[in-house]
Parts: sequence; structure tokens; C-alpha cells
Amino acid sequence: METSLLRESMYELIRRTSTVLPQDILQALQGAYRSEDEGGIARETLGIILESASLSNETRLPLCQDTGALLAFVQARPDSTVFLIEDAIHDAIRSLTHEGILRQNCVDPSTEKNTGDNIGPSVPQVHFEPHDGPTRVSVMLKGGGSENMSTQYSLPLQSLQAGRDLEGVRRCILDAVYQAQGQGCAPGILGVCIGGDRASGYLLAKRQLFRTLDDTNPSPVLASLERTVHTTANQLSIGPMGLGGKTTVLGVKIGIAGRHPACYYVTVSYSCWATRRYTAELSGKGDICRWL
Amino acid sequence: MAVKHILSPLEPSVIATLNAGDMVSLTGRIATGRDRVHTYLASGGKPPVDLTGLVIYHCGPVVIKENDRWKIIAAGPTTSMREEPYEAQIIAGLHPGAIMGKGGMGEDTSKACATYGCVYLQVTGGAAQYLAQRITRVEGVYLAEFGQPEAMWILNVENLPALVTMDSKGRSLHSLIREESFKQLQAAYAHPFMKEGHD
Repeated sequence: METSLLRESMYELIRRTSTVLPQDILQALQGAYRSEDEGGIARETLGIILESASLSNETRLPLCQDTGALLAFVQARPDSTVFLIEDAIHDAIRSLTHEGILRQNCVDPSTEKNTGDNIGPSVPQVHFEPHDGPTRVSVMLKGGGSENMSTQYSLPLQSLQAGRDLEGVRRCILDAVYQAQGQGCAPGILGVCIGGDRASGYLLAKRQLFRTLDDTNPSPVLASLERTVHTTANQLSIGPMGLGGKTTVLGVKIGIAGRHPACYYVTVSYSCWATRRYTAELSGKGDICRWL
Repeated sequence: MAVKHILSPLEPSVIATLNAGDMVSLTGRIATGRDRVHTYLASGGKPPVDLTGLVIYHCGPVVIKENDRWKIIAAGPTTSMREEPYEAQIIAGLHPGAIMGKGGMGEDTSKACATYGCVYLQVTGGAAQYLAQRITRVEGVYLAEFGQPEAMWILNVENLPALVTMDSKGRSLHSLIREESFKQLQAAYAHPFMKEGHD
């Protein structure tokens, strides 16, 4: 791969992620706007959201001032190209931070100093996955407000009367939506992982957020759980930004991981309406040949 | 919905007329302050500007320097609840006119609003471009050592739309919605999930 092309590609991928709301989410917000009562706070709020998203698309400036901490998944053949990709991601992050397309979002907790360029210990998070096929890079910029609303439950949980079954799972996810209220910038999108361990649960839950809103779960029982939780969450009347209304979540995406017999975790990655994620496929030279 | 035009710094007589549920359009001078500014002020740090009557905006903007002038790139609200442990003390000691952010605040802030005459204004989270367009000028920056998003930015805003969600009479739309959603949650728990075609 050519270093300069790869740099341009990573710059374009991250810039697009920060500034252009994915089409499926835009459509869901437009649908939500039409479904809320005319003259009400929910519709007013969604109107401001749509206007702001349209502005950021035109100006190519950040959709939200909280441009998150970058998470990337790189699917590539396991050769030395992966080092080039990681370098290109770091370079793009530095440039985009300098230009104000990414906010300075990395603080060293031992010194309380902001590193100023979004590069720091274990930041950004770049995960490599060996893959036999075209190179794909997925990027997510998830804000801290919604990250704070993400949570993990260990079943059984008496306080929710949640047992170790899918009804217990349903109770946990709805509780997470209730606890978040408007603080995670509702209407949210929920990435969920049932099973796994305490670490893998969070990563796999977040990974579910890459699924587009119209994607149907291949497992019939999980597809049914996704539909049920989606409908029920919207009956909680929390509404856009927690000011009441019919739209509390835009989507629920549930994945599973094998669990240890002693452990039953339900991990909910709460993402805001401004869920920013894109996947680009790269040519052998390193330029973007397709958006996925 | 009728919109009330308000000026920052806010006069106590204006604060008294604002009710939870009122739409307002805000013009004037405001100060950003988020996590670091709140811990600093609550631990006795001297405010770099007089905050009396001012709007404290929970916001970590994206700002760049262009031709030696600060330029706001994006400036939506951050989650206010993180400042709940500090806000009541700041309201009591420094008498801001309003706290502005997203997601609302808790009981302690609500009580301080009622005791000292302050309101909470909610603006739309994530609407960073829409809100940045209503910022007309960057007056200056203080406490820059806290980092760019966490510094105190003194901004001028014009016709910035917000909703009064907590007023100086102790009313909070956030607690009303929380109570209502709790009822709905309990109702939802009464109908357990059935695996379609299995049970």
C-alpha cells in the first residue's frame, strides 16, 4: 500500500465519521420527527437535531463537539501493512485534531494533562482482525456522555427481578434506557452483548452499533427480542433529549458471546442519536474503493 | 409556543418570571464551565470573571485559532448531571443566573435554584453546528491549563434557543419525566418476553 494514499483514506474516513450522520440514522430521525406531535417539545427537539445534522453535512464540520475517543477495527491480511494503517490512523487523528474536526479528548489520568492531539496511553483503540479479503477499516467516534450511560449487568439481579433468561435480559436493557433518561442524548441506539466476560461484553456490545438500523438479526429469537425491546423502550415516554415523547430509541442491536457457566452478563452500549460510524474498503494501493 | 427573550447576565426579576416548560431565546454573555471548572470553583478557586447573573454553560467546545482569533467550530452541551456534586455550592457562592446544559440536574441543584434564584436551561445535545451558529464572538479564555474543552470560554450568544426545565420555584421537568417513565417501566415488566413460536 502507498503511505500517502493510505493517509488520505484514513483522513477522509475519520473526517466523514465526525461530520456526516450515517444515512440510516438520518432517515430514522426524519421518521421520528414526523411521528411526534406537531408543536410539541419532542418534535421541536428533533427539528433542531435535523437542522444541525444538515449544517454539519454542508460545512463538513463536527456533528457534535464531543468527537469521542476513536475506536477502529481493521480487517486485513496479517502482514506489515497493518503497521502502515495504524500509522496512517495516528497521522489523520493528529491533523484532524489540529483542524478542529476532532476535539482534544485525551487526558492522561496520572498528570491530568490533556495530550492535545488525541494520542495517549491505549488511545486510540485500534483492533486488528486477520481477514482474507479486501482490507476494511471501521471507525467509530462515540461521545463520552453516552459512554457514561453504558452499563453491564450480572444476572441473576434481584433488584430488577431479572433471572438468567431472555426476560432477564429484556429487563436489564429497559432499565439501562430508564437510567439514562435524556443524559445519553436520546433517542439512543443500543448495542447489546449477552454473555462473554466483563471485557469482551463491552467490546462486542459496541461492535453491534456498526450494524445499520435496518439490519435484521439472523437469529429469529434475537430479532424478536430486538423488536420487543425497541417497541417497549419507546413506550417509556422519555423522548428526545429526555423531554418526553414517543421516540426514546432508534434501534436495538443484540449480539451474543459464549458465557462461563458461572457468569451471565448483559452489557449495554448506549449510543447517542449522533452515532458516528463508517466502514471503508481499501484497494490494494490504499485508496477508498467502497463505503460499506 | 411563545418564546421569551432573555438577556445574560440575568436580572433576578427576570429569573422569577421563568417557569419550567418555557421556551427562551438567549442573548448576551455566557461562560462555559464543565468538570475541571466545577471542581476548581467548588474547592474555593477564584472565578476568573464575575459570574453574578451569568449563564454557566456546561460545554466543552471545539475551538481553533485562525489569524490570531479564536473560532468556535462546534459547541453543543455536555451532560450536566456530572456537576451535581458541585453546582449547589457554586450557585450559593457565586450566584449565576442560569445553568445551561443537557439532561437536567438533581435535587441539590433544584433546591439551590429555589433558594438563590437560578434556573436550569436545557439545549439540544449533539446539535453542535446549530448552536455554534448562535455564538457571535469569543470574548476570551480563562483557566486554559485545564485543556481546550475544559477551559472557561467567555462567549457572546444571540438568540440561542433553550427550554427552562428547572425553575426557581423548585419545579423540574426532568423529575416529572423520570417518575412517568418509571411507571411505564413497571408496566412493561408486567409483560414478560415470550420466544415467538416457542412458548
